[in-house]
Amino acid sequence: MQNVALADQPVTFDVNALRRQFPVLSRMVRGKPLAYLDNGASAQRPDAVINAVDDYERHHHANIHRGVHTLSQEATGMYEAARDRLADFIHARSRHEVIFVRGTTEAINLVAQSYARPQLKPGDEVLITHLEHHANIVPWQMVCEQTGATLIVAPIDSRGEVHEDAVTALMSPRTRLFACAHVSNALGTVLPVKRLMAAAKARGITTLIDGAQAVPHMHVDVQELGCDFYAFSGHKMFGPTGVGVLYGREQLLERMPPWQGGGDMILTVTFAKTTYNSLPYKFEAGTPNISGGIGLGAAADFLLDLDRDAAHAHETALLDHATAVLSKIPDLHIVGTARDKASLVSFTVTGVHPHDLGTILDEDGIAIRTGHHCAMPVMDYFKLPATARASFAFYNTFEEIDRLAAGVERARKLFA
Amino acid sequence: MLPASNAPASYSPDAMELNDLYRDVILDHNRKPRNFGGLEPADASVEGFNPLCGDRLTVRLQMKDDKISDIRFEGQGCAISTASASLMTEAVKGKTRDDALRLFDRVHQLLTDDGAPPAEELGKLAALSGVREFPARVKCASLCWHTLASALKSAHPQSLPAVSTE
Repeated sequence: MQNVALADQPVTFDVNALRRQFPVLSRMVRGKPLAYLDNGASAQRPDAVINAVDDYERHHHANIHRGVHTLSQEATGMYEAARDRLADFIHARSRHEVIFVRGTTEAINLVAQSYARPQLKPGDEVLITHLEHHANIVPWQMVCEQTGATLIVAPIDSRGEVHEDAVTALMSPRTRLFACAHVSNALGTVLPVKRLMAAAKARGITTLIDGAQAVPHMHVDVQELGCDFYAFSGHKMFGPTGVGVLYGREQLLERMPPWQGGGDMILTVTFAKTTYNSLPYKFEAGTPNISGGIGLGAAADFLLDLDRDAAHAHETALLDHATAVLSKIPDLHIVGTARDKASLVSFTVTGVHPHDLGTILDEDGIAIRTGHHCAMPVMDYFKLPATARASFAFYNTFEEIDRLAAGVERARKLFA
Repeated sequence: MLPASNAPASYSPDAMELNDLYRDVILDHNRKPRNFGGLEPADASVEGFNPLCGDRLTVRLQMKDDKISDIRFEGQGCAISTASASLMTEAVKGKTRDDALRLFDRVHQLLTDDGAPPAEELGKLAALSGVREFPARVKCASLCWHTLASALKSAHPQSLPAVSTE
């Protein structure tokens, strides 16, 4: 989405107008205006998404792909239109490459079980990095246990960066698959995925990107990235929970066996033989999350309509501001200082446990995440049990970050 | 506790309740936990872990004539979890197994039951009563007690240290 600016005029990003489209942002929490800084865990929904789901539930609901009646045809049309929007959203070559799943976790499990498991052999290797979310670790551990393959982990450095040469050094003739995050949920690191994909491709290694934390922050073009699989969740990109997308290159998806059996994924069933449906339905057994898919399509539309360059510039300014004001607080340590970083700050405060900090900030109406962020190996690397994480979206404001800093100061004084 | 967007303000804890959570006794025991460290030999050693927040603590105890003759804990956790463990070790030292478990019931009631007046036998443990206004934090305060109960079950006086994980 190219923004058209008139005669070098700076693009103005009207954050307040944007905030008005997100109803929850105007609520009070514990008597204070909500400052929602937990977007990395789940982002809020705009009216466009809420209304799309509401309209479907009120006027169009029926089961899809199986009725000749009006409602079923309408529901099918809306659901499949959402798939088209998502194909546009990530620039897939074809709508057949967009598989609806429950979320990133299910997408990765699908690839582990349907793509990797049938071909992995003892001695084969699956390569990941040290900063992965548990969803991009455990499915690979499971498939390695099932097949006798070995899980190899590429290191990170003290900034929380992943270096291309450190990854390629671990790519061997036995590496069958390389999976990595696009953006680290615990540290904010943006990985050099395009270069990593090229390195893997040059060695004939199949690739998967966990894009859960990337799609809310940046435009993603799967063809430009050059990955074989790309997984993301609806609720982190301002859509509903319980729905997400697995993108896969058609050529690979065609060769993969179905993951789950049931209705919708078949063409014909006899007790002797079942013929599987074509893509993408082969991987969509059972009645799906129809309203969720429609809501996710609306979220994709919302983001396609948004001036993403301006939104990204605003998020970067928020990150810079947060880094500056938090760094001024004595005893506060920012965890994850990658040079290319998405708009989130993970930190610890000496003498204040993140969990206590979370409770004290909540008293001020400020929502942050505290804990291990489902990335225990990252916590182990930094020798921390937990961190506090403020993760921003384009609808956050500088004032909210100032309130965060004031709340952290208050907590620090309480425990001093 | 899930207040709707139009919930009255009185539905939410106010700043007073935050002060009630972090009372001076709690802050003091967090800063200077009592009975903190290892215990050799121990009749029981049990690690408690709260995977939700990463709190992890080990309770070790020595038993003599069915009484807790010594108890120590170590680990890392939030202020509520650390202070609760510290207060617990003070409260149960010298108590019989049954008395210690009865005290666990009283503490559990204190943490979860709104109507319960603090039982007299709770003593300093009554400082934990503010926790019940913060349902997300009840587990922090009760982790050490669950760990103690497990340690009491596995404790055999004069036997080798028994290590198990809850």
